[in-house]
Amino acid sequence: MNTGPILQAQDLVKRFRELTAVNGVSFAVDRGESFGFLGPNGAGKTSTMRMISAVSQPTSGSLTILGLDPRTHGPEIRGRLGVVPQEDTLELELTVRQNLEMFARYFDIPRAVLRERATELLEFTQLTERGNDKVDDLSGGMKRRLTIARALMNRPELLILDEPTTGLDPQARHLLWERLYRLKREGVTLIITTHYMDEAEQLCDRLVVMDHGAIVAEGPPRDLIARHSTREVVELRFGLDSHEELHGRLAPFAQRIEALPDRFLLYVDGGDDTLKELHAAGIVPTSALVRRSSLEDVFLRLTGRTLVD
Amino acid sequence: MADVLNTSTSWPRWQRSWWYHARYYVRTWRGSVASTVLFPIFYLSALGVGVGHLVSAHTGLVQGQTYLHFIAPTLLATTAMQLGEGESLWPVLAAVKWIRSYHAAASTPLEPEDILIGKLAWVATRAVATGAVYTAVIGAFGALQSWWCLTLPLLAGLIALAFAAPLVAYAARSQSDGSFIVIYRFGLVPMFLFSATFYPVSAYPGYLRPVVQFVPLYHGVALARAAAFGQGSLGAIAFHLAFLVMMVAAGLLWGRRAMRRRLVD
Repeated sequence: MNTGPILQAQDLVKRFRELTAVNGVSFAVDRGESFGFLGPNGAGKTSTMRMISAVSQPTSGSLTILGLDPRTHGPEIRGRLGVVPQEDTLELELTVRQNLEMFARYFDIPRAVLRERATELLEFTQLTERGNDKVDDLSGGMKRRLTIARALMNRPELLILDEPTTGLDPQARHLLWERLYRLKREGVTLIITTHYMDEAEQLCDRLVVMDHGAIVAEGPPRDLIARHSTREVVELRFGLDSHEELHGRLAPFAQRIEALPDRFLLYVDGGDDTLKELHAAGIVPTSALVRRSSLEDVFLRLTGRTLVD
Repeated sequence: MADVLNTSTSWPRWQRSWWYHARYYVRTWRGSVASTVLFPIFYLSALGVGVGHLVSAHTGLVQGQTYLHFIAPTLLATTAMQLGEGESLWPVLAAVKWIRSYHAAASTPLEPEDILIGKLAWVATRAVATGAVYTAVIGAFGALQSWWCLTLPLLAGLIALAFAAPLVAYAARSQSDGSFIVIYRFGLVPMFLFSATFYPVSAYPGYLRPVVQFVPLYHGVALARAAAFGQGSLGAIAFHLAFLVMMVAAGLLWGRRAMRRRLVD
């Protein structure tokens, strides 16, 4: 039973009247893996999440979750999943603890067990002191952690997180990432959607890049970068010079150039060497930055667009 | 890591949704128990005793009843309608759109039907409990004249459901609450006033009397009087009951579609 992928999708399609939100995606996730969906808003990530949460049915294609067919075993599958939706769907009028305990009853968890688990998970999400406070009074980061605690009340085998850190400040994000790491270490399979490349790099063993409802690339973050980008990127900003003319002059110095509205990205293997060569050629930018390639560059390469517009 | 909790109680899944709604109510109600007892006392004192005094001075008995007794059972019907409406419009829109607590519930083993039935079961529970209190108050005013009055709490449940079932469906497919106030002002308030609540249907001109037959609350009002006074023909009672049951059934079918479309499409 524990062999084979925990999640397998073949040619999944989701259509809403004229709109095709997901257009034939295939992937497989193994137990204990942490798997990401990276893509801009509107790429079809949330529709995919809703299907693999056994909430909405695919228009076509095949889907197996925990070895079961969601068409026939929806309630059973959902009983073994944890879902952290994009927006916190917490009861604002109830206390932190009440939110956990009341939600857990949906899973038919006995009262004594859910009380103990709520205590445990409040500790885990560092909300113990806020247990008796109304949810309305919590910060955004705390609400997010509570939503995660709630999703863990049924001890899920698979935790599905849709944009877990969108809208959080950096400190709250890092705390959340750290907690997700721990879950991963405990063997929980994580599925994460994000439009933050740093989040995807931090959390995902493997990911797919989605655009316009389709998967455009798949692999571990490092592999994707190695496959679709160069080792380093030189970011150049110029004053008021004509960008078109500059494009031609820069071209010989890089394997590939992306011209963004405010800067050029030069894809090279050695950024410092490229800068020296540019100086020698008399090309002087107002600012220059050498950095390692990231998933953002992969996305730009594959789709011609940036992730966060 | 995983422990699939197979406590497999024989309870159906919708009972978990019922329980959730009940707990939510218990944890957030504010003074509604006191008002459940006080409101009917105030109402029957003002209209039944006060206005009733004028009516009996001018026209004497209404259909063989004092005015107080004539209007007392209808209070149970109108209250049940209001309860059904109050539980259905804004709270349901909040649950599918603002707070999205029904979306959260739909990510658990519950199906949209479980959420819907649990909700309506809770509305019925509240209405039956409120109906029991109202029956006691109406009885204290001396308006109960038959053992059939013991069915009044159940009737309150049926009336509340007859309104809640279609209104839950309506709210579940709404995008905003803009139309809710219209339903309230131009649907529920006129029904409260014109369902033969305060005077018999015979007070209407002949051509209007058949129209009243199509006003949903009228059937609840007629049944409330029938139960309180132990009168009315079997055929008429069956017709009134059938009308309300049809509203529940239509509301359920519509609600099932609305909830599915909203939560799992």
